[in-house]
Amino acid sequence: MSETDKPDGLALGHMWVALATFLLASVLGAYQVLERAELIPLWAEGYYTSVTAHGVIMAYVLTTFFIAGFGYYCASAALDRPVWNKPLAWGGFGMMVVGVLMVVYALVTGQAMVMYTFYPPLTAHWTFYVGAALLVVGSIAWVVIMIVMPIQWKRDNPGQPLPLIMFSTTANATLWLWTLIGVAVEVVFQLIPLSLGLVDTVDVGLARTLFAWTLHPIVYVWLIPAYQAMYMFVPQVAGGRLFSDEMARVAFIMLLVFSLPIGFHHLYVDPFQAAGWKLFHGFGTFMVAIPTLITGFTVIAGMEIAGRLRGGRGLFGWLRTLPWHEPMVLAAGLALLMLTLGGFGGVVNASYAMNTMVHNTMWVPAHFHLIFAGTTIIMYFAIAYHLWPKMTGRELFSRRLATTQLWLWFIGIVVLTVPWHYVGLLGMPRRTAAMPYDPEFVAPWQSSAVLMAVGGIIMTVSAVLLIYNLVMTHAARTPAAERELRFAQAIQPPLKLPKPMNGFALWNWILVVYMGAGFGYPLLQFFILDVQPALAWGW
Amino acid sequence: MHVDPLEKIWIGIVILLTAVMLGSIFYTAFAGSVHPPSNVEVVDSTALHLTEEFAEDNLGVRDNEDGSVTVTMVATRYGFYPQHVEIPAKTPVTFRFATPDTLHGLHIPTTNVDTMVIPGYVSEVNTELQSTGTFPMYCNEYCGVGHHAMWSRVTIVPPKG
Repeated sequence: MSETDKPDGLALGHMWVALATFLLASVLGAYQVLERAELIPLWAEGYYTSVTAHGVIMAYVLTTFFIAGFGYYCASAALDRPVWNKPLAWGGFGMMVVGVLMVVYALVTGQAMVMYTFYPPLTAHWTFYVGAALLVVGSIAWVVIMIVMPIQWKRDNPGQPLPLIMFSTTANATLWLWTLIGVAVEVVFQLIPLSLGLVDTVDVGLARTLFAWTLHPIVYVWLIPAYQAMYMFVPQVAGGRLFSDEMARVAFIMLLVFSLPIGFHHLYVDPFQAAGWKLFHGFGTFMVAIPTLITGFTVIAGMEIAGRLRGGRGLFGWLRTLPWHEPMVLAAGLALLMLTLGGFGGVVNASYAMNTMVHNTMWVPAHFHLIFAGTTIIMYFAIAYHLWPKMTGRELFSRRLATTQLWLWFIGIVVLTVPWHYVGLLGMPRRTAAMPYDPEFVAPWQSSAVLMAVGGIIMTVSAVLLIYNLVMTHAARTPAAERELRFAQAIQPPLKLPKPMNGFALWNWILVVYMGAGFGYPLLQFFILDVQPALAWGW
Repeated sequence: MHVDPLEKIWIGIVILLTAVMLGSIFYTAFAGSVHPPSNVEVVDSTALHLTEEFAEDNLGVRDNEDGSVTVTMVATRYGFYPQHVEIPAKTPVTFRFATPDTLHGLHIPTTNVDTMVIPGYVSEVNTELQSTGTFPMYCNEYCGVGHHAMWSRVTIVPPKG
């Protein structure tokens, strides 16, 4: 591949947008914890706008841009060919940027206090929804390219197994395409017409069910790049091997199939879905535990192989010999710890009846900050440290600063989320600007509120250090020692694979049936029931 | 396809673990009738005051013939009405909520009384409260800039007789 064919600018452009907006959202996060701890005065409009912006940026802007950039870079490196149709890729990028600017306009003018969950019948300015739609439509360019590139590669390499990194990237692109259907239908057919005044009312039950379609699989879209790094970068950087290429494929396939129909558990305490459907989806939700636990096994096995190859002995001696000074290895270790903690919290959330105790309490953000900010984003940091030298051609400014930043992030998250779990069980609500309830009831929450402020500030400092390190890398003159992106090889690389383990046709058909069974009637019922839709409301 | 023997053992453990968790959920659901609030019941939110059940005069606590209690409340920006209810402990209670405006959620902390209140639908929670005392009942779903000010009080008194 010639130097000009490298997708550096494309990948780097996407990832810089992701991380620059991430820094902004981190600062907003610090503001929110300070406000919640009553260390700064109450300003309700500011708080709810901040929560909306923090959620929109972290969940949609950071992730969509980062995943696209990461996908482009890995696809071109793994398939050893330039990104197909670069004008399409840049067109998608442009559309996403325009979308973000429209969302920002609605936010800074105080016309979008609707949370990142959109929350009808509360209605934001139309630019908020149209901007969000453009962000999604732009990302479809990435999906198309990530599906076309492996098809072209397979045509040129008949019978060959698709490289695991490409297989899993295509799995994620497929997952994203399925995931966005729910929210796309809600935004296009309900929220945009409502915000433009073309219709007067909205069926909130239908809107929430459509949003639930998107709400949980999207988390796996965010998580898959973190898993890809754990499977394919961590063993390689640590000096080991991938434990099993085939089980990794099985895990990615299971993540695609099982994660799609499970968002329904977000509706456990909503009135408009019958108990039987909630139980059915509760069952489906627990199935996701299987690929997650298999991933844990394979990734830790890959790290153990590296540790033993480096001379580690005994049951746990291999842990000591791992190169913890490497950001990729350190991030993976910390991410797995937080995934374990967050996973247990998730089991409680997913439990059909236990969920009621924790619904909309601080327990829920505690859980998803461990999974998202903990497991997912810390691996994105490691990916950034890994790729920046390759994309910019300059050596990483400071590896020591990078590991310090990762440790700070980990400590910040633990200090933030442990008290959140505790006050969640005591009943402290999430997404509220103040808690003016009976003082004797609120008193036991106060010390935790101060702790969470400390945790939030530590995380924001860590975010600043990340950006500083990456800017200094980009601006430096020291050429990078290693520009080629390498992936861990399996102990036994597959020579030939059955078709369903090398493509997604079968799995898409299975999903048509599974999604139809899970969401068919629960969506159809809104057209059978005599629902009186709700009027739009401001804030 | 090649699967390592160690991996096979692990997959077995994973499936067993998942089956045990699902088994306990299905057991409590079917044998113990433990369900989250899930009645599919529509109501015209814009005309709540014209319905018999949610008309202002009919809100509050009502004793039923079978000894159970029904609590009818309206959730609206920014309060639950009536603003204070008294409920007997260790007595079957059915809460029924509706809203004339946006979406709300409500939670009585440290109890399992927690439901979304969605315009267009009636929310119902069936429970039995155990400990006595006064608790806040607050909105736990963002409903507008006054969201944090939306709360009422629930007093749980010793059961009658």
